[in-house]
Amino acid sequence: MKLSLAQVEHVAQLARLTLSDQEKELFCEQLSSILEYAKHLQELDTSAIPPTATVLPLENVMRDDQIRLSLPLDDVLSNAPRTENDYFRVPVVLEGEG
Amino acid sequence: MTDLAQMTALEARDLLRQGEASSVELTQAVLDRILAHDNDIKAYLTLTPESALEQAASADRLRAGAEKPDDLPALLGIPLAIKDVICVEGVPTTCGSRMLENFCPPFSATVVEKLRQAGAVILGKTNTDEFAMGSSTENSAFFATHNPWDLSRVPGGSSGGSAAAVSAGLAFGALGSDTGGSVRQPASLCGVVGIKPTYGRVSRWGLVAFASSLDQIGCFARSVSDAALLLHTIAGYDPHDSTSVNAPVPDYTGALEGNIRGLRIGVPREYFLDGMQPDVELAIRAAISTMAGLGAKVVDVSLPHTSYALPVYYLVAPAEASANLARYDGMRYGLSLDSADLWDSYRQTRGQGFGAEVKRRIMLGTYALSAGYYDAYYRKASQVRTLIREDFDRVLGQCDVLMAPTTPTTAFRLGEKTSDPMQMYLQDVFTLALSLAGLPGISVPCGFDQTGLPIGLQIMGGAFDEVTVLRAAHAYESATGWHQHVPSLPRETRQEPGGENP
Repeated sequence: MKLSLAQVEHVAQLARLTLSDQEKELFCEQLSSILEYAKHLQELDTSAIPPTATVLPLENVMRDDQIRLSLPLDDVLSNAPRTENDYFRVPVVLEGEG
Repeated sequence: MTDLAQMTALEARDLLRQGEASSVELTQAVLDRILAHDNDIKAYLTLTPESALEQAASADRLRAGAEKPDDLPALLGIPLAIKDVICVEGVPTTCGSRMLENFCPPFSATVVEKLRQAGAVILGKTNTDEFAMGSSTENSAFFATHNPWDLSRVPGGSSGGSAAAVSAGLAFGALGSDTGGSVRQPASLCGVVGIKPTYGRVSRWGLVAFASSLDQIGCFARSVSDAALLLHTIAGYDPHDSTSVNAPVPDYTGALEGNIRGLRIGVPREYFLDGMQPDVELAIRAAISTMAGLGAKVVDVSLPHTSYALPVYYLVAPAEASANLARYDGMRYGLSLDSADLWDSYRQTRGQGFGAEVKRRIMLGTYALSAGYYDAYYRKASQVRTLIREDFDRVLGQCDVLMAPTTPTTAFRLGEKTSDPMQMYLQDVFTLALSLAGLPGISVPCGFDQTGLPIGLQIMGGAFDEVTVLRAAHAYESATGWHQHVPSLPRETRQEPGGENP
């Protein structure tokens, strides 16, 4: 099964990636061959096998709420591309309001 | 005496303790060597010489003023390197990516804090495949690292910079990260020791996330004893990382000694493939004989789902990566391409900030998780992952450790596999299963191929049983001494100090 150009474009849209035409072509080929290899997994009957999401027997870690110092605001914002006052500045998310 | 910079960390520590060298001298010797050779090897992305010399001077002051020298921190004054996916406060942490080219973390990873508390001197940040995705360090957005044993070959990856630095005497030890083999594989290709501890053994606070059910920080060293010391320094529970396990950390150094008589070593037959490099198979078979000669009991075992580890890994890891890397949206840190439209800003920033391999994996992972494909790919892979874990559980019930090659070949040429992702992925065929099972493994030097390239022996163990893995590795290393071989680097091109342009 070969991925279509439309499928690659749809996945790129889901992943919020611009791809050049050349990248789209390349990914059609390369993703198809990786997924073809993944077909080997279908050889195994896993109908009764639980999936592994983590290898650890993870449990919720609970603790009392404590007031602690956080990073200084200047440090938090030090890598921000755009700030305004003490905030990250971002493009408009919801248009047509107010 | 061997070159100061090529000693093991423990040998260097002895010199410091005996007052035969200062940490400033040690650090300067390594910095000189970096200056002379890193133009060729390109192990470091960022070097912090001033800060390293300050840390060294402060280590020397602490030592001079100590009333009880035995109580001094374990790594006092020893220069080390950190893979550039691990945050060091105030030092650029790029992950080998344009996306984080200008990112300077406001805090240090827990492992870095622990090294500092142990007195280590941090030399700088080492090169990596972009976001640790790769097996050759050629996916770094900045430059490829070269193998110190043959500059036309790759050092492996993704922690290729750390492996090359330790191999070439450009650091006494280094931290890396291992998601599918990224510590063991470059250690093998560069002829050094590399240990990946059990998932949960070491805190990942401050490690930039790639695939969260797999990522684990590991250590590079010039001997198993050094690796034991480094691991002991960074291991342990951390309230900042809910996946770090609250279990006692044994004294790894103290556990190295003693014979291995009666140790049950399993040799999984699936790790000896038709078509693997004959020199590699010969070296591994010889290593197994060595262990038998030391009194170990060698057992033939089977891990029947081994061949499925590659497709499982290349669905699970990209799926997790596609979620983890969603955070790079250009809003809080990292590259940000301005656009009036929010969605366009995301797409442009990510399209330009990520390199080809990262995009490939984000695409693959997004596809594997997307509506209509989740069950066939991600869920299926997670189920087969269970079968892979059960293989190890069963076999490690009969054996104490497993021994196998770390990689099917020795170091390949730069550019040899870059155009075919599947060929590159096959490099990890012997390291992936252990990562999927979350178990500890080490690669130790076990000889050379006909062209003089190092071969690595992989020793794998049960959950949180790094002690047995290290003890087996130490017994092998002591019996053979392969780790004492060091690459002969090309003559330095730099002018000697005292020349016109020192």
